[in-house]
Amino acid sequence: MIARRLLFVLVCVLGVAGLIGGLLYGDATENPNPPGHQPQFYSQAEFRQVVDQLNAEFAAHWREQEVSPTPRAPDLTILRRISLGLTGAVPSLEEIRMFEEARPEHPEQWWLSRLFADRRYSDYVAERLARAYVGTENGPFLLYRRRRFVLWLSDQLHQNTRYDEIVRHLISDSGLWTDNPAVNFVTVTCMQDQNNQPDPVRLAGRTTRAFLGVRLDCVQCHDDNLGGPWLQSDFHELAAYFAPAGQSLVGIRDDPKKQYEYQYLHAEKAENVPFRPPFNQDLVQPNGTPREQLARWVTHKENRPFARAMVNRMWALMFGKPLVEPIDSIPLEGPYPPGLELLADDFIAHQFDIQRLVRVIAASDVYQRDSQADFEITMDHEDAWAAFPLTRLRPEQMAGGLLQASSLTTIDADSHIIKKLIRFGQEAEFVKRYGDMGEDEFDDRGGTIPQRLLMLNGNLVQERTAPNRLLNAASRIGALAPTDDQAVETAYLAVLSRRPTAEEARYFSERLQGAKGDKRAERMEDLYWTLVNSTEFSWNH
Amino acid sequence: MTNSLSIQKTDCGSIAHWNRRTLLKAAGVSGLCWLTPVAEMLARAAEKSPRGAPAKSVILLWLQGGPSQLETFDPHPGKYIAAGTKAIKTKLPGVLLAEGMEQTAEALDSAALVRSVVSREGDHERATYNVKTGYRPDPTLVHPSIGAVICHQLPVGMTEIPRHVSILPGTWPGRGGYLGDQYDAFKTFDPQGPIPDVQERVSKERFLERRKALQVVEQAFARGRLKGMEEHKTLQSTTIGQALKMMDSSQLKAFDVREESQSIRDQFGDTPFGRSCLAAVRLVEVGVRCVEVELSGWDSHANNHDIHKSQVKTLDPALAALLRTLKERGLFEQTLVLCGGEFGRTPKVNPAGGRDHWPHGFSVLLAGGGIRSGVVIGETDPDGGELKHPEEYELEKGKGIQVANLHATVLHALGIDASKELETPVGRPMALSKGTVIPSLLST
Repeated sequence: MIARRLLFVLVCVLGVAGLIGGLLYGDATENPNPPGHQPQFYSQAEFRQVVDQLNAEFAAHWREQEVSPTPRAPDLTILRRISLGLTGAVPSLEEIRMFEEARPEHPEQWWLSRLFADRRYSDYVAERLARAYVGTENGPFLLYRRRRFVLWLSDQLHQNTRYDEIVRHLISDSGLWTDNPAVNFVTVTCMQDQNNQPDPVRLAGRTTRAFLGVRLDCVQCHDDNLGGPWLQSDFHELAAYFAPAGQSLVGIRDDPKKQYEYQYLHAEKAENVPFRPPFNQDLVQPNGTPREQLARWVTHKENRPFARAMVNRMWALMFGKPLVEPIDSIPLEGPYPPGLELLADDFIAHQFDIQRLVRVIAASDVYQRDSQADFEITMDHEDAWAAFPLTRLRPEQMAGGLLQASSLTTIDADSHIIKKLIRFGQEAEFVKRYGDMGEDEFDDRGGTIPQRLLMLNGNLVQERTAPNRLLNAASRIGALAPTDDQAVETAYLAVLSRRPTAEEARYFSERLQGAKGDKRAERMEDLYWTLVNSTEFSWNH
Repeated sequence: MTNSLSIQKTDCGSIAHWNRRTLLKAAGVSGLCWLTPVAEMLARAAEKSPRGAPAKSVILLWLQGGPSQLETFDPHPGKYIAAGTKAIKTKLPGVLLAEGMEQTAEALDSAALVRSVVSREGDHERATYNVKTGYRPDPTLVHPSIGAVICHQLPVGMTEIPRHVSILPGTWPGRGGYLGDQYDAFKTFDPQGPIPDVQERVSKERFLERRKALQVVEQAFARGRLKGMEEHKTLQSTTIGQALKMMDSSQLKAFDVREESQSIRDQFGDTPFGRSCLAAVRLVEVGVRCVEVELSGWDSHANNHDIHKSQVKTLDPALAALLRTLKERGLFEQTLVLCGGEFGRTPKVNPAGGRDHWPHGFSVLLAGGGIRSGVVIGETDPDGGELKHPEEYELEKGKGIQVANLHATVLHALGIDASKELETPVGRPMALSKGTVIPSLLST
């Protein structure tokens, strides 16, 4: 019996060693093409045309702004951007090895095909979108299930459901929040002191910001006095669409008799407010419940603010910074930055296909600019997108990056449940201490001292870098890499997704030289600590 | 009057030529405005101010979950709504507290009690936001909590440790909101244990080696990248520098209540909350602007009376000892103490013996700098009726006092003009508080 157990352990150890060995030597073998990857498609006119136009718009913009674009970023840098933007973590060493083995013709498209096939993309992006749709609050007890909502959204993204269809569900679905998770968009606003009825005002604010990129809620209490076009009535007429929605035993349903009443500023008394959209009124199709009418109007092909808002949001996820700032305030009449109208057109013409939108952006020159050049890069370059903008990683990206960097293999849906649970718990704890950004994820509100302390001395960094050959990449690399140089290079790839410069390689190899056993594990821990505390690790670049 | 964030000369000295974005980031590190010459000068000036000067710090005893006013500061003994809860006499003639609050009762002549606070928020998260910021939640903006506002408005002085601290934080500690994350409360736990993240994990020599190595990686990254990356954008090394300074600061000892005598510690009670209140005194002593100490567990939807008995056992000695110790150490006049939660609880006891959420009349205790001692203002209906919610402050029977008015009063007591407007990052002018100062709460 004991012998059998020993044999089992031995087989496991050998198996793991084999896998790790492969990673360290860089000879991982796997079918190089991920599912759904169509190498020929990305060269075809249908796809190239829009990318070329996008490139032309930015090239013209750079000429106009008199800035020279930086060169193309190295492949691994681009993959790091994509992974951070769409999965919230750095590429794993395993993935990097796989990529370098495959040497695909369209690196970023190959990488995207891998991510789209994986729940990491849909889970992560669903959480980001959910923040705009329902915020981060726990919401009313018993009437709202945030996790259920995010999971539903993730399923939609995983299946690449048309974006307009997703939004129509959010705005107009009825029923129980448990049976029909989209309804949570409405129930999150249920008010305890109003008999648990949903709040049309909050719903109207969310709808215009998240789906249309318009901050109409700024005129909730008075007409726009900052020079904008909006009247107080614009907001409340939109809110009126949500008035019939009510909470009942069968969940959310619409009672056509329920009207929206509001007392405008300077008005003598409250009045019935009819429902009416604030612009593009000719796109209204008057049938169905008011919410169904609103959903159709919002997502109408000719209602361009809808497409623009999503382009701006996906751009923000990928670049760490929206094309138009703030993310939910895009002017209705322009002027627009290069790329926005073109991408909106393409998004509309291709049935609001989110994955296509991401692929087009990733294929563009502007996305692939380096943040480094042999000429002086100034803020003018960044502002014109002629250099990839440096943006601070958000807390969950820091946690995700840290956890992934300390594991040699990919932590994804296929990982062992224990590994996923550990990741989930550690990530939540880290984000809590680092400071969750809440809903306004694309505002840089500055780094903080507690954040730095957490990286310098915190538990997660300590736990995930300390000598531990079973769990931590640092120790494993130190023990298994055949040479000092390879150990340093492997650590750089795992943490910073690049190889060390000659100077860095020399510096750290020297420190590893002759160090054995525990000493070596300590030196590797120091190297990992150094890399994760660098500016490079904390910023998208 | 509009005071844009980009000209906080009181804090940061003459850097008005920076653009707002850079400044927000700079302020980021700031606490950074830590120890700039101007700040130092202002701090010294402030220290020299005569007696009767405004308070300089706030200690907020945050009772998360919504304490029942009837089982704490506002009993109605013998009434139907008391549901059997008894009351005790206090130092103030005719003013009663609930049974169990004996020590606080003895100290009540050095505090003010508002018994008629009202709000429109009945959900924990929204109500907490409302009471901590003085504003109702607004999807267009995150407002700063009172502690963040104070840190933003008052000079930094010689403080090397975070000026906004939350001890035993729950889910919603004070935050910087539109002032920036650097104004978020620094979160720490039972002061019996070490403060998180301020102790290096390796020997001093190894730590130095690591920092040296970090320079190698930093240089490699900066090469060919954005000009002035550190100063204009990342401030990474600057922030690390501040973090290191804090790690080395002797002021960190303020967190460590083990330095206090056993008898003092006993007075606060042998509980995490009691120890944290003692730490709050020590923190205020070294110039921390706002210490929030949380005592959670008041959400008594079932079994209300037992839950409150046990909660009050923790609260009572700590609150009384806090007031006493501040006085003994000469800190009472410069520290404003607040004690309350996000809402009260229903006058009617539910079938589970619990009380549910009740924002229509609850209590907040205030004491210390700038606050009149020995007053009780506002009253709740002994038969359990709702108070009205007047927009303006009017002290009348049956009417409540809006949370915002408490904020305006606290700011006023700290010498801050509550009506002063700041510009939010999108350029929207926003008053520090929209409330009205409550004159009867002020000492002068």
